[in-house]
Amino acid sequence: MELFSDLAGELGNILATLAAAVPFILGYVLLILLLLVVWKAVKRGLTPRRDFGSLKTVTFGDESAVNSNFAASVISVVLIFVLWGAFTGSKLLPGFMHAPGAYTGESSFTYTAMAEDGSTDDATVSVIIHAVGEDVDAPEMPLGDGFAKDDTMVVAAYRSELMRWDDNDEITRDDGAMITAVNGTPIEAGSPVAVDFGEVSLTGRGTLNVTPATGWQMEPIWLPPPEDVWSRLMEISTEGFRNSTLGEHLGYSLFRVIVGFVIGAMVGIPLGYAMGLSDWFRGWFDPIVEFMRPVPPLALIPLVIIWAGIGEEGKIILLFLAALWIMAIGARSGVSGVRISKVHAAYSLGASKWQIMRHVIIPNSLPEIFTAARVAMGVCWGTVVAAELVAAEKGAGMMIMTASKFQNTDIVIMGIILIGVIGFGIDMLMRQAEKWLVPWKGKG
Amino acid sequence: MSGLHIENISMRFDLPNGSSVQALKDVSLELKQGELMSVLGPSGCGKTTLLNILAGFLAPTEGQTRMNGHVVTGPDAERGMVFQQGALFEWMSVRENVSFGPRMAGQKPSQYMDNVDHLLDVVGLQEFKEKAIYELSGGMQQRVALARCLANDPDVILMDEPLGALDALTREKMQGLVLKLWKETGKTIILITHSVEEALLLGERLIVMAPRPGRIHKEYRLPFADLGVGADLREVKKHPEFGERREEILSMIWDMEEEIMGRQEAS
Repeated sequence: MELFSDLAGELGNILATLAAAVPFILGYVLLILLLLVVWKAVKRGLTPRRDFGSLKTVTFGDESAVNSNFAASVISVVLIFVLWGAFTGSKLLPGFMHAPGAYTGESSFTYTAMAEDGSTDDATVSVIIHAVGEDVDAPEMPLGDGFAKDDTMVVAAYRSELMRWDDNDEITRDDGAMITAVNGTPIEAGSPVAVDFGEVSLTGRGTLNVTPATGWQMEPIWLPPPEDVWSRLMEISTEGFRNSTLGEHLGYSLFRVIVGFVIGAMVGIPLGYAMGLSDWFRGWFDPIVEFMRPVPPLALIPLVIIWAGIGEEGKIILLFLAALWIMAIGARSGVSGVRISKVHAAYSLGASKWQIMRHVIIPNSLPEIFTAARVAMGVCWGTVVAAELVAAEKGAGMMIMTASKFQNTDIVIMGIILIGVIGFGIDMLMRQAEKWLVPWKGKG
Repeated sequence: MSGLHIENISMRFDLPNGSSVQALKDVSLELKQGELMSVLGPSGCGKTTLLNILAGFLAPTEGQTRMNGHVVTGPDAERGMVFQQGALFEWMSVRENVSFGPRMAGQKPSQYMDNVDHLLDVVGLQEFKEKAIYELSGGMQQRVALARCLANDPDVILMDEPLGALDALTREKMQGLVLKLWKETGKTIILITHSVEEALLLGERLIVMAPRPGRIHKEYRLPFADLGVGADLREVKKHPEFGERREEILSMIWDMEEEIMGRQEAS
C-alpha cells in the first residue's frame, strides 16, 4: 500500500509539472493556428491551383484530402531552430529576436548596516556580472566613509555569490552589526529585495546573497546555441572525440547494426520459413519466439555484457537477438499469407515443391519480410545506441554518454541529431529499396 | 480410355465439435474429351469441393477420379485450373505468368515463346505482355489466367467461377472468349458458376447440384454453347428455349434455397 501512496505522490508531481507546462503548450498551439490563418490569407493571394484535391468540398473526414502541408512542415522546422536560437542567444539571429538574456554588466546596490548601538551607515556594493566562461577580476575601488565601507564583487551570469559585506567594515557582524535595508528597502532573511540587476537576499547568518537575473535564455550548459553545436560538429569531424574520429564513432555503430541485422535475418528468415511451412517447426519454435519477442532487447544488455563483455561480440549478439525474432515472425507471416489459390495454381501448372518455394512462396513473402526488415533496422539502431550508452569503446551512444559526463551539452545534442538523421536515413533507404525490389507490395 | 471419369465420389469430413459434414454423396460423371460442362447449384452444394477433388487438391473419402485411364491422386499439369481471382503471380510480368507452366517444365524460351505470344494474341493482351499484373484491370487479369492455363496445354480445364468478380459487360465478353477458346482448342472444360445464364451459355452439359448432401440433382444437354460460338451471346439469350430453361433452373434452385432456409429455421 505504501507503493500506491508513493506512486500517487509521483503522479501528483508529474501532473503539477504538466499543469505548469500548459500555458506554453497553449501558446505553441495558438502560434500554429495563427500561422495557419496567415498562410490561408497568403494562399488566397496566390493564384489558386485547381487540382482534383482542391475541388473537393468535403475535406473534413476525407482522409485522402489530408496531405501533409509542405509550408507547415517548413515553418515548423524553421520555428524549432528560431526558438532554439532565441532562447540560447544565438548569434545567427538578430538581437531583437532573442529572449531576454541573463543580466551582464556593471551595477550596484547600497546596503544599510546598523551597529549594536543603533547607529547606521550606508555603503555601496559595485557588482560586475560577466558572461559564463570569462574571467574578471574585481577592480580596486575607494572604500568610502562611515563604519560600513564600499564593496566590489564579481558574479558570473546564472550564478549567485555570497557577499561578506563586513569583511572590510570597521564594525563587523561579530561586533553585532547587521544589515537592515538594501537600496533603502528593509530586508530580512527569507524576503529578498529586487535590485536593478536581479535580487539580493539576506542569509540566516547575516551575509548577502547576490543573484543576478537569469532572464529567459538557457544557460549554454543546458542548451548551447545552434552555432555552437555546428562548430562542435566541425571540430569533432576533423579532430575526433576520445581518440576516434566522428566517422569512426558512427561507422562502428552502423557496422554493429548492419552485421547484427544481417546475421539476424540470415537465421530469422529460414526459421520463419520453417515455421510457416511445417507444423512441427511451428510447434517447436512458437513458444520460444512468442516468449522472446516481447522481451525488449534492452533488457538483454546486462546478460549479454555478463556473457560476452562489452566488445563487438556482445553488441552483435544483442543486435542479432533484436533482429532475429522480428525477421522470423515477418518471414512466418509472409509464408502463411500466401493465397492458397496461388499455390494451387502453381501445382496445377506442374510446378514441383521446390519450384513453388522458389517462384511462389519466396516472392510472395518478400513484402512482409521487407516490412519486418524496416522494423528490425529501426529497433537495431535504437538498441545499438542504448547498448553503447551502457558500455562501449566507440560508437554514437558512447560519444554522447561520455560527453554528458563532462557536461559537453553541445556534443550530446550534436550526437542526438546525428543519431536521428541516421535512423531517418536508414528508414528512407529501406523504403526506397522496398519500392525497388518489391513493387508489387500491397497489390496482390 | 480417354476422358474424365468420376466414379461414385463421396466426401465426408469431421468437424471439431464431433459431428461430420457430408459434402458430396455418390457423385458419378463421365466427360469425353472436348466436352464443355457447367455446374450450378445453391451455395453449400459441394461444387467447389467437387472441383477441388477433380483438380487433386482434395482426396475423396470414397470413390475415385480417373483421368485418361489413371487414378487422380494429386494436382497435375494435365488438369489446369482457372480461379476466380488473385491466383496470378503479381511479382511476374504478364508474359512470365503465361509462360509459367512451360518454364517450370524446363522448356527453353525458344520452345514456348511462339505459343505464349500466340495465346497473348488470342486473349488480346499482346500490347500488355511486359506489364505487371497489378497494372491490369480485373477482366484483363482473368484473360491472363486463361492464357496461363492454356499455355500449359492441359487436357482438362477446371474453372472455379472465373468470371464471378467481373462487371456484367466484361463478363459477357469473357463468356464469348471462353466459348471461342473451347472450340479452337478442343479442351474438356468444367466450369462452376453462380449465374444461371452463364451456366446455360457455357455448357453443352449443365449439371444442377443439390445440397446436404451435395449430389447431382439434374443434368441437361443444351444447344446454346454451340449456338454461341462466334455469335452474339445476346441473340442466343433470346432463344425461346433459353428463357424456359432459365426459369426452370432458377425455380429449382430457389426451391432448394427455400428448403435450406426452412430447415435452418426449424432447427
